[in-house]
Amino acid sequence: MKLSGLHQSYINRRTNSFRSSGPLDSSSDSAIKSPAAIFWLVFHGLCCLISLLLGYRFSRLVFFFLFSTSSTNFYTSPFRSTAELVKTLDVHSVLSNNPVANLDLPLLNKTVTNSRVVVGRHGIRIRPWPHPDPVEVMKAHRIIEIVQKEQRSQFGVKNPRTVIVVTPTYVRTFQALHLTGVMHSLMLVPYDLVWIVVEAGGVSNETASLIAKSGLKTIHVGFNQRMPNSWEERHKLESKMRLRALRIIREKKLDGIVMFADDSNMHSMELFDEIQNVKWFGAVSVGILTHSVNTDEMADRKKDEEENPRMPVQGPACNASDMLAGWHTFNTLPFAGKSAVYIDDRAIVLPRKLEWSGFVLNTRLLWKDSSDKPKWIKDIDMLNGDIESPLGLVNDPSVVEPLGNCGRQVLLWWLRVEARADSKFPPRWIIDPPLEITVPSKRTPWAFKIQ
Amino acid sequence: MPVSSSPPPILDSSLCRLLFLGSRDSSTMRKCLWLWGLLFIALGFAWSITAERNPRTERISGSAGDVLEDDPVGRLKVYVYELPSKYNKKILQKDPRCLSHMFAAEIFMHRFLLSSPVRTLNPEEADWFYTPIYATCDLTPTGLPLPFKSPRMVRSAIQLISSSWPYWNRTEGADHFFVVPHDFGACFHYQEEKAIERGILPSLRRATLVQTFGQRNHVCLNEGSITIPPYAPPQKMQARQIPPDTPRSIFVYFRGLFYDVNNDPEGGYYARGARAAVWENFKSNPLFDISTEHPTTYYEDMQRAIFCLCPLGWAPWSPRLVEAVVFGCIPVIIADDIVLPFADAIPWEEIGVFVAEEDVPKLDKILTSIPPHVILRKQRLLANPSMKRAMLFPQPTLPGDAFHQILNGLARKLPHPKSVYLKPGEKILNWTAGPITDLKPW
Repeated sequence: MKLSGLHQSYINRRTNSFRSSGPLDSSSDSAIKSPAAIFWLVFHGLCCLISLLLGYRFSRLVFFFLFSTSSTNFYTSPFRSTAELVKTLDVHSVLSNNPVANLDLPLLNKTVTNSRVVVGRHGIRIRPWPHPDPVEVMKAHRIIEIVQKEQRSQFGVKNPRTVIVVTPTYVRTFQALHLTGVMHSLMLVPYDLVWIVVEAGGVSNETASLIAKSGLKTIHVGFNQRMPNSWEERHKLESKMRLRALRIIREKKLDGIVMFADDSNMHSMELFDEIQNVKWFGAVSVGILTHSVNTDEMADRKKDEEENPRMPVQGPACNASDMLAGWHTFNTLPFAGKSAVYIDDRAIVLPRKLEWSGFVLNTRLLWKDSSDKPKWIKDIDMLNGDIESPLGLVNDPSVVEPLGNCGRQVLLWWLRVEARADSKFPPRWIIDPPLEITVPSKRTPWAFKIQ
Repeated sequence: MPVSSSPPPILDSSLCRLLFLGSRDSSTMRKCLWLWGLLFIALGFAWSITAERNPRTERISGSAGDVLEDDPVGRLKVYVYELPSKYNKKILQKDPRCLSHMFAAEIFMHRFLLSSPVRTLNPEEADWFYTPIYATCDLTPTGLPLPFKSPRMVRSAIQLISSSWPYWNRTEGADHFFVVPHDFGACFHYQEEKAIERGILPSLRRATLVQTFGQRNHVCLNEGSITIPPYAPPQKMQARQIPPDTPRSIFVYFRGLFYDVNNDPEGGYYARGARAAVWENFKSNPLFDISTEHPTTYYEDMQRAIFCLCPLGWAPWSPRLVEAVVFGCIPVIIADDIVLPFADAIPWEEIGVFVAEEDVPKLDKILTSIPPHVILRKQRLLANPSMKRAMLFPQPTLPGDAFHQILNGLARKLPHPKSVYLKPGEKILNWTAGPITDLKPW
């Protein structure tokens, strides 16, 4: 009977408190209640009553101050107990085996010799300002950086090559928006980088000041032609500008991997890791973001989406054995006649068949006298016109290496968004001198609207 | 008449070795070529062997030496007593949850020994004797083991083996070993004060105890006990591996209780206040990813963390250490005087970070002041596959796993000193010591 009673209480040992088992245990051992036990019982009852009156567990404080050992920390526990006191109005918890445990302490000290570790209630140590220390946070971030660098050197690409990024740009309202986005992506790239910025209309301070903020190695060249107003012409000029950049690479004999980052595109960080795998000439899948501003387009859009619900993707297409089988291109037929002609048209901007940004090259393909250059690459100087896409540089398109899990991963997105032709912006986006007309906030138009 | 004065062959070949030029004779030329070729091959082999095989990992050698990869087969012989199934199989049948909780090592050790080459069927040639009792298999509905019947069970098993075989009485159990993976080992109680009161079961005082509990100067840790890691399911951990190039972006990670609200709501008892101190000091610190929630991505998160906290709970040991080692996260051990698994074979000081319980408020300063090259070295040591295998109990067994480390530990204790063998009629253990409830038959 006694055993089963004990067993019952022990069954929920983690759920119910061991406190209730304490007195039971002691009572089962000593059949006759000794005067000490009676005294403690009475004392317990007295403490209960006092705590009821006061509203907190004062027994804890009493016994703590009476029986605490050197292992407890004085100033922290009262600090904490005052907070807890407000919270714990639970009278049931007053029936603690605090006295039992604390009485055991001196006994334990005798039985366990040489042990610094004592069983019983310890204080909870809290430092005076338990909040993050900025110095330590910075140190920790540096440690994280070092660990990640080590991880990258072990599991990432061995012998990473320099990434050479070619960006054609020109001064316009949205240039700061687009170029800053590309710049921030490039600043995060963990490999050596050279950024070749070709600017239509010549080198300007606008672009130069934007690029200087990056801290990257940049080559800023001007192209002596102004950017035309139509998308067709713009695409052609951009191709010419990129060829100009390739010629610079050839002259300077830069070594690495060339990628084309148009200033309004979005690049994922995995792209830069993936292009390190290219041997000579690679292609990645580009997601095409076409947008329509005109609401008339929405009805037609819906029909289109039923047929092609996925985002259009340009890039290499592979067969079942992961060999290049063809190309996914953008289907321009649904948009024939409805696309934007001029740069500030409110219509869909269409990409060309295959965008430059989806291709990466090994710079050795461009060098004049490279001994291990493959036969299928054309010499840049021999090109008589400009080419629509880098595929024009190769004699045999089947040598292109598909990257990104054979084109299944979309690693960057193509987008063309420009402001209206009559939009103006302050040079370098600095409002200087400050605006003259200021409206006091009480008189603003929206204050009236809310009423 | 061709005058080809061929010089003596020995001189010629030695010259060849030096110069490799000037030998007109084609056969000696060929001999030269062979000699040089052999020399190059030999150099190549030597270079490849001495060159750093794998810069990602480092060899582990503890105070007992380079023993993690030792093979215990042939170094010891273990005899497994045939106990009636009420001590093992029947208990397991009653509750199969015993196979997956953290105390499952006793069951798997039995199974391992039954089919291991160290097992001998001839008790005369055995160095060690194993008694298969599943003492930690009496579970509550929530899955926690109740230790109240265990002393009686063990005592009755020992009475059985001492009466049926002569080997117990020969040494009073000094060449026997028992696996007792409960909270406080052979003290058979989950509450530390009660466990200390009881002490190690008197009948087991001379035997070697293989237990998970380890704390210096504690009643429940005998000299010569072997500390083992708690059981953690190897397949579950293998199944949740993430690619190793995922960058480790969490600085400190911990998931678990800080306050045991049911048994110790104010804190101070549970974990000697250390877990509560961690929470109070670092709950607002973004570097410390600590909480009581149990996420589904627990294993994956550990693989993205640099440090994993392993503070004590009600007992100083926990499966967190095993999980941290398997997932390559540096364990931060906050438990004063703890004895970690296989402490003589694994140099825990070099692998983990030890923080005294009183230094918990300064934990962030301690961790950030570790020099980065030390952190990288610890990660390399953790990446060693023999380290990870030594912490696991895989089925089927693999070389170098925890079973083999236990046998290695037992082998290192051989040969038994002469004092182990008692003179006939000599008795050291007191069979009637301990609480009266323990003496009831089982």
